[in-house]
Amino acid sequence: MLRAIPFGWLLAFVAVPCLLLLAIAFSATAEGVPPFAWGRFSLEAWATLTEDSFYLEAFLRSLRVAFTTAALCLALAFPMALALARAPARWQPALVLAVLLPFWTGFLLRMAAWVGLLRDQGWLNGVLLGLGLVEEPLPMLYSTPAMLLGMVHAYLPFAVLPLYATLLRLDRGLEEAAADLGASAFTVFRTITLPLAAPGAAAAFLLVFIPAAGEYVVPEMLGPPEAQLVGRALWGAFFQDRDWPLACLLAVLLLAVLVLPIRLFQRLENRP
Amino acid sequence: MLLAIEGVSKRFGATLALDGLSLAVAGGEFVALLGGSGSGKSTLLRLIAGFEAPDAGRVLLRGQDQAGVPPQARPSAMVFQNYALFPHLSVFDNVAYGLRREGLPQLDVAARVQQALALVGLEAMAGRRPHQLSGGQRQRVALVRALVKRPPLVLLDEPLGALDAALREATGQELRALQRATGATFIMVTHDQAEALALADRVAVLEAGRLVQCAPPRELYERPATRFVAGFLGGANVLDGVMGADGLLHCAAAGCALRLEAPPAPGTALAVALRPERIALAAEGELPAENAATGVLRGVVYQGAGWLCTVALAGGQSLRVQVPADRAVPPEGVPVLLQWPAAANIPLAG
Repeated sequence: MLRAIPFGWLLAFVAVPCLLLLAIAFSATAEGVPPFAWGRFSLEAWATLTEDSFYLEAFLRSLRVAFTTAALCLALAFPMALALARAPARWQPALVLAVLLPFWTGFLLRMAAWVGLLRDQGWLNGVLLGLGLVEEPLPMLYSTPAMLLGMVHAYLPFAVLPLYATLLRLDRGLEEAAADLGASAFTVFRTITLPLAAPGAAAAFLLVFIPAAGEYVVPEMLGPPEAQLVGRALWGAFFQDRDWPLACLLAVLLLAVLVLPIRLFQRLENRP
Repeated sequence: MLLAIEGVSKRFGATLALDGLSLAVAGGEFVALLGGSGSGKSTLLRLIAGFEAPDAGRVLLRGQDQAGVPPQARPSAMVFQNYALFPHLSVFDNVAYGLRREGLPQLDVAARVQQALALVGLEAMAGRRPHQLSGGQRQRVALVRALVKRPPLVLLDEPLGALDAALREATGQELRALQRATGATFIMVTHDQAEALALADRVAVLEAGRLVQCAPPRELYERPATRFVAGFLGGANVLDGVMGADGLLHCAAAGCALRLEAPPAPGTALAVALRPERIALAAEGELPAENAATGVLRGVVYQGAGWLCTVALAGGQSLRVQVPADRAVPPEGVPVLLQWPAAANIPLAG
């Protein structure tokens, strides 16, 4: 009976909404509220998607941005997590708190702060101009680097925490044994620490990759306007074009694309 | 001398783990470091391996001061308490790990590993992961991983501690045979006195970071130097007394007089160890003038090989007395007579 509760929850809040989305995706558009006709089957949305390369490009661009974000987060998170796990035990709660501290400020506020820092009349350009290092403001905002900066800032804690947990569990005796058998500090890291932390690293990567693929706010606030991502395309279809079937199809497809990394993540979590 | 430890001290925060300890170990010796928890025996082992640096004193390997020499550069190999086998590597790769660090050619590595695994009968397990092995097999992999580099000094931290009792004795004998076969020096940390006595050439007893006594097992058992050693090994009784003018040691708390083989001058205060198995227990009889006492049987514990009896003496002290299993033990609460030969009285230094 108790086991039925999670399944009931998943059925009500995951499976049923997904099926609703799918049903809307293959309905015909219509005038009115909501702007589609229940039960009138149509492949209109599917046809738009396959004919207009804009959507496929947005998908691929999103996956590329998510991959880059996850890779950057992993590269930054590994040394951070290692330093955390190796810090004296009495400092660790405070250091973990420092990693989580950004969450205490609103997400939108943090992204807006980047806008204030990076825009042409922003703080950074103000300093550069003031020091005479540049003649005119550097165009930093609304670029791919600015977007990646915001993405990494937003998602870094998600990468640090699983890695920290993994490295904390790692038996230091194994590293001592490797050193005792003649391995240099670097070889110990390469042959013992790194492989044993690999499941944690993969989990960290996926925990960033999965939400980053559908991210809408950061690219919208900091990213280049011309290169649209799937989140932006979805928003546009829903709110600007009022094409609900197309928006629903995009949402379901994004979920379908992410099923593979989600399954990978689950397999890592369930490893003994 | 392969290993010389000269007056090493090590402090962790407020606790002094090692307190000016010195010990010399010759090549090919099997030395057991015996002590309770907190005696500093594991710290000493980690100091020799290079995982800790002494606050004072020196560790010399083949006459060379090891200060500042990292574990990877020391000629010792360690067998860790929980074996510390690499979980992501096969048995073969675990054993090969040290050889590969030496940059040995792949073929030589394979040959040496196979040979080493054959030594402990684990050739068939080469492809397994550590978690697929039994506790005894894991222990042998850990041992072989250390031995395959042919180190002159092998450090073992409670190598039999994680094994069940049935396996412990056989594995201990295997360990001893391997040590003989390889000719390597073994230093084994243990809290099990039976293990130390059975396997080691010499047993070093540690108490509160100091070396109390280091001697061959038989000498250690028969001639314990201190009260602590006497009690730690075999649970000897200790009787305190003062030499009388009659040449006997008068023990007030035990209410008896002891004849010693080499009595010191009258008036000397002296502690004497008396092994439980050297005391004969009788239900009744005439009390001899020396090396005997009367008391009341207070407790009897069956131990398989015999009975361990607690006898409350007239003077207030209690003695542990071991009675062979084939003898009848009187019921509790009965007055008993205890007797022992003069040779059973072992004078203690402290």
